[in-house]
Amino acid sequence: MLAIGLTHYLVLSALVFCIGVVVITVKRNAIGILIGAELILNAANINFVACGRYGAGGLDGQIAAAFVIVLAAAEAAIALAIFLNFYNLHATVDVDHGDALRG
Amino acid sequence: MLETVVFYLFAAVMVGSALAILLSRNIVRSAIWLLGTLGSAAGLYLLLAANFVAAIQLIVYAGGVLILIVFGVMLTSRNPHLRYEPSGREIGIAVVVALVLCAGMVAAILDGPWPQASAEQIAAQSGGVEALGRELLTTYLVPFELVSVLLLAVMIGAAYLARPEKN
Repeated sequence: MLAIGLTHYLVLSALVFCIGVVVITVKRNAIGILIGAELILNAANINFVACGRYGAGGLDGQIAAAFVIVLAAAEAAIALAIFLNFYNLHATVDVDHGDALRG
Repeated sequence: MLETVVFYLFAAVMVGSALAILLSRNIVRSAIWLLGTLGSAAGLYLLLAANFVAAIQLIVYAGGVLILIVFGVMLTSRNPHLRYEPSGREIGIAVVVALVLCAGMVAAILDGPWPQASAEQIAAQSGGVEALGRELLTTYLVPFELVSVLLLAVMIGAAYLARPEKN
């Protein structure tokens, strides 16, 4: 229990991932959903780096984590541009108002 | 021993601020609590000897994405204290799903034998950036270039999407 191993990091990231899932599900505010997605990406990143450290993968884990960080920044930029458009259309960022494609 | 203490400290801050994001009803507060999660993730990367990842985590996430999110909050609410409340039923379903998911994942993690590098291999890893940079420009050259093209596309796309309406 005292020595920190891969399992500790995996459990921590599982916890953060699940909290992120709840945030995405519960928040109505589109930006809250984006924050939940960032939580999930961070949980995945911790897995990458921890597996790179304790597994035999060498630097692969760190490089995957770096790519994830870049993609997360790109995703946040695009998501906020979409939210701005959404706000211009609906005067709110409550995602329940985005039902124009409902059949 | 120190590693253990620091790990549990960062882990507690991380889970605590993630819960605070979930529980705070004000979106600005959620965004600020995200800083705690991102910062403690950077601390964990340092603990894992991933210095470069820790640095870009702080620069790109805490410095960039978080500011972007706060800007998004400011631009999309006339009233920043406006609240969007989910119904109790939605919260119940979400919590049950997440608990089942979490229990399953933790059980799988504790069950499986994980590949474990030997202590010498771990000690041999340097936290230096030199090896990482060499890998990025040799083994990972193609994804590296693809990401730079993607960033250009994102820049153009975000500017196009967020442009003011004509008329």
